[in-house]
Amino acid sequence: MSSTLTPSKNGLSEKPLATLSQPNLVGEFVQETLALTRRLFIQLQRRPSTLAAGIIQPLMWLILFGALFQNAPQGLFGDRISYGQFLGAGVIVFTAFGGALNAGLPVMFDREFGFLNRLLVAPLASRFSIVMASAIFITTLSLIQTAAIVVMSALLGAGLPNAFGLALVAFIVLLLVLGVTGLSLGLAFALPGHIELIAVIFVTNLPLLFASTALVPLSFMPKWLQVVATLNPLSYAIEPIRYLYLHKDWSFSSIIMQAPFGNVSLGGALLILVGFCTLTLISIQPLLRRRLA
Amino acid sequence: MPAVFIEKLQKRYGSVEAVKDVSLSVQSGEIFGLLGPNGAGKTTTLRCLCTLTEPDSGTIEVSGISVVDNPRQARQRLGYIAQEVALDKVLTGRELLELQAALYHLPKATAKQRIAETIDLLGLDEWADKRTGTYSGGLKKRLDLAAGLLHQPDVLVLDEPTVGLDIESRSTVWNFLRRLREVGTTVLITSHYLEEIDALADRVAIIDRGMVIASGTPSELKDRVGGDRITLRIREFSPTDEAQQAKSLLESLPTVQEVIINPAQGNSLNLVVTPNSEALMGVQQTLQKAGLPTFGIAQSRPSLDDVYLTATGRTLLDADLAAAGSRDAKAEKKQNMR
Repeated sequence: MSSTLTPSKNGLSEKPLATLSQPNLVGEFVQETLALTRRLFIQLQRRPSTLAAGIIQPLMWLILFGALFQNAPQGLFGDRISYGQFLGAGVIVFTAFGGALNAGLPVMFDREFGFLNRLLVAPLASRFSIVMASAIFITTLSLIQTAAIVVMSALLGAGLPNAFGLALVAFIVLLLVLGVTGLSLGLAFALPGHIELIAVIFVTNLPLLFASTALVPLSFMPKWLQVVATLNPLSYAIEPIRYLYLHKDWSFSSIIMQAPFGNVSLGGALLILVGFCTLTLISIQPLLRRRLA
Repeated sequence: MPAVFIEKLQKRYGSVEAVKDVSLSVQSGEIFGLLGPNGAGKTTTLRCLCTLTEPDSGTIEVSGISVVDNPRQARQRLGYIAQEVALDKVLTGRELLELQAALYHLPKATAKQRIAETIDLLGLDEWADKRTGTYSGGLKKRLDLAAGLLHQPDVLVLDEPTVGLDIESRSTVWNFLRRLREVGTTVLITSHYLEEIDALADRVAIIDRGMVIASGTPSELKDRVGGDRITLRIREFSPTDEAQQAKSLLESLPTVQEVIINPAQGNSLNLVVTPNSEALMGVQQTLQKAGLPTFGIAQSRPSLDDVYLTATGRTLLDADLAAAGSRDAKAEKKQNMR
């Protein structure tokens, strides 16, 4: 090994040229974000079990949970639709939500193992590239999962929205995932360790599912749960997608949910989602700035 | 202009004053050692230098750039090798270096060339395209060194680079640091191993309980302590009364300044003697006259441990053991997490 140790004189002694040239912040930000994103995709490629589980799990939901309520009286879940048709939207949103909620875990492990320090001692154009890379990764993953669920539920007989409808489904998933990813990344920097983060994920995940319109319609619930479900942002992603699935002739003014406090239109639900996403992304800014600036 | 300039650095974590008063100046092209027991504040000093922790007060400059005011420019000039090697075990060595190159914004062609050079330099050719999860400890350290050098920093900062390494890997790291010095890279290294600092460092600062207690070249520091050391063993394991007898005999010699019995080393005798005298011969003759045997005898210059001992009244080993007992591993892990 001693023979390979001799540094080449011109290799190590010359000063780096990069520091002399004018820094191009945008270009540098793109470069570091892409490199960090690439790392996450390499991990996914070499450990594909996450993706496999992420596709098998919603399939199980569709088949098993769908079968559970198959014999429910006709019309219980809306006019002339089967439970399988009803459930599709819930599974899409719940899967995307679960994925986004876990977004903070890899960052938390990087904190714990010291890998984050490697990123923090580097002259990053902005440390938000670390957060950005996670968000790009998780949203891509969620869109792949959504596509898989859409295809599977179509095969199970739930039908398909039209092209514009599908684009809107993707947009809704994107909004929800961005907002929840922000929240999860915020938690990854606020909580002391992965045990605590997993505990929070555990406590949040299922209750938010049950307190939404993912599994049953609003009219099915007791009054108090209706109030909770209409305060739950998940419902504002589920109901629009469900409406797009069941109605070929939708418009932004279509009423998609009869909340205790009034009717919610498709456009209104989208605005609420945009608001939710903006709110979470803004609310984690001070924390990220403190931890990463 | 010094490569690293630290003045009156202070940093506390809650009620713990990790760094009380550290000032040091590292000249360009030298290996500078920061020596001290565990918990003395070495790592905190480096974390402040490398912008991982914000100091409470004091000045830190790298090549004249303040790390507090211009952290990005300072980071560009620093290479930091943490004590614990943190690699992504799923990535290959080359992929990690590619990530590292992008984080330092090397243009693609430059990155490719530097990565090839660095892989060659650290003898990683065989391993570069294997996942880092399969690497041995020494190999991980070498990859970490490669990553820290990729952007050709002015100053390479290493926190306890050989802790937990086998002897061969340790000498590999030592040789590598010496070669870096040959090509003009400044190296700042912390260690609680005396022999490491003694073997590598051009200049050293000894740090204890968050303060610099001595600094200079290793031989300056040793000269300042004064006296030569003689380690004497009458038998491999001497009885206490025999050691006492020898002690009182030797203390009467004019060249001998101090005699200490070390029960931990089989009652060997540690003598401080006037340097460059015929002290060694005097000691041997005295023992012979009294009819005492000599199992082993060696004369040496004072070590850095003696410097530490003189300044603090305890040896580095004692300080390390004491520190190990009083440290809160969980709280420290938390400090080091961002």
